[in-house]
Amino acid sequence: MKKFLLYAFCLNISFAAYASGNDGVKKSADENAGLKLPAGFTAVKISENIGRARHIAVTTQGNVYVKSSKLYNGKGIFYMKDLNGDGIVDTVFGFGKYTGTGIAIKNGYLYASSDEEVFRYKLNDKNEVINPDQPEKIITGLINRHQHESKSIALDNDGNIYVNIGAYANACQEKDRTLHSKGRMPCPILDSAGGIWQFKANKLNQTYGDGIRYATGLRNVVGLDWNNQTNTLFVMQHGRDQLHDNWPELFDSKQSAELPAETMYELHKGSNAGWPYIYYDPIQHKKILAPEYGGDGKIEGGKDAQDPTVAFPGHMAPNALLFYTGNQFPEKYKNGAFIAFHGSWNRAPEPQKGYLVAFVPFKNGKPSGEWEIFADDFAGGDEFMSPNKAKHRPTGLAQGPDGSLYVTDDVKGAVYKISYKK
Amino acid sequence: MKKTVLVLFFITSAALLKAQSLKASMDRGQKVYEKVCLSCHMADGGGVPHLNPPLSQTSYVLGDKSKIIYIVLHGMTDRIPIDDEFYSNNMATHTDLNDQQIADVLTYVRNSFGNKASAVTAAEVKAVRNKKK
Ligand code: HEC
Repeated sequence: MKKFLLYAFCLNISFAAYASGNDGVKKSADENAGLKLPAGFTAVKISENIGRARHIAVTTQGNVYVKSSKLYNGKGIFYMKDLNGDGIVDTVFGFGKYTGTGIAIKNGYLYASSDEEVFRYKLNDKNEVINPDQPEKIITGLINRHQHESKSIALDNDGNIYVNIGAYANACQEKDRTLHSKGRMPCPILDSAGGIWQFKANKLNQTYGDGIRYATGLRNVVGLDWNNQTNTLFVMQHGRDQLHDNWPELFDSKQSAELPAETMYELHKGSNAGWPYIYYDPIQHKKILAPEYGGDGKIEGGKDAQDPTVAFPGHMAPNALLFYTGNQFPEKYKNGAFIAFHGSWNRAPEPQKGYLVAFVPFKNGKPSGEWEIFADDFAGGDEFMSPNKAKHRPTGLAQGPDGSLYVTDDVKGAVYKISYKK
Repeated sequence: MKKTVLVLFFITSAALLKAQSLKASMDRGQKVYEKVCLSCHMADGGGVPHLNPPLSQTSYVLGDKSKIIYIVLHGMTDRIPIDDEFYSNNMATHTDLNDQQIADVLTYVRNSFGNKASAVTAAEVKAVRNKKK
């Protein structure tokens, strides 16, 4: 009986989702779902118009869990299946009455986060959630001050879960984002945010006292992934905004559009990336003292802060990181990093940038070449000034069991599947 | 007859003067907007989805002037929905702008991006600035 009810409910949602969902997919049936890809790659939109898709996890059966930052039919997690095998999602089961970003599968559990808590759901042998309405709450009471509030998650192989707690400020000023407002010394935000916290993956109701501040000086991390080759956590930091707005005598608006870098770090327990005291300048290749703390765009700082593993152009907003371990893509992609860039806003009045998936080749756990654009034109293809013109914004990444790459979009809730054919 | 012509002349020239001063205020206001507000609310007033709210046809922009004067002066970190959407950013304070600059920029905002609403005067800004925070 219970099983039947679940099935009925599942179909219900799927009808509702389908009414709008399939429409969108059909209309954009143009080549590669409108994306620009390297030769040999193809893309299809497998779903659209269901919530605001943030992070994504794909099961070994090839089914998809998506976390949404907006409720759809009252639900915030969507389990998607393609029952008729045409490559397009035709059945959607919604559960979890909360919005959020993080989602991951590990050791028989589905983990999902709201902006304050992390839950887990036991999976059966088909990787389906057994009790969708009764998750275990493993972490609670995380700070949410409605800025950099998403709690992204990653798990290691030793029973730990890593949670980003973003800083609720741009540069830890006395008055956030205000002209000439000085930085607070020491920055009090770092006690409870602006870093990565480590918790146990299997312990209930943990909060700050139960976890450890694994890494600090990270303004906001949305994309993070455990690298199984190096057995370390890699994160993508969103660099600070508004160098020109707040310090116009030091930075013109063109410099401010390029500074600072969006940065990748390999973390260890105790790592410090230097926020808010410094930022990384991708043109000088230096850690520069923040103007809020007496910097002038040239004075170096952050002797105790680590250098980034990779520096990307400013403000592109990295929202997901994935180390590719599949066999489907050509050899150069093996163990390399894909990064989903949500796209900029703080480049105005310059044209916006990002809205793409980038790739960095890795060898022996270190970058072995320059970063490159992998998938582009999510926004629509033409140059544009205002972020609300973007048709899609890449937000989540996952690898399928066949080695395909899944990309989510939080404008229309699209899910793309990118595959390689020789 | 002469009298009505004279009256008409006064009325039209008063309207003309008003239109001229509105245009002057809009022009000054646009400069302030481009320098101070554009970076978050964008050139087209469209804002940034879920981050910085739009300034086109919002109930704030078209509504109570003293409220938006207060927001420009003292920032906004309310976390209350703006026309049913939440925005995950802080609006900065702008006490460094003078009364005329704030009047001009809000007059510009209230008459751009598809908005049509009355001008904001420096006296109205002054009244809000002098109120206790
Ligand atoms: C640092 C980015 C930033 C800057 C600069 C900024 N704003 Fe805002 N503004 C915001 C945010 C974010 C909110 C909403 C805050 C909230 O939800 O609590 C907002 C809210 C508003 C609102 C009320 C809500 C609405 O959309 O109608 C108005 C009006 C407004 N701003 C006008 C301005 C004007 C005029 C300027 C320039 C003088 C300006 N802002 C500069 C970010 C900014």
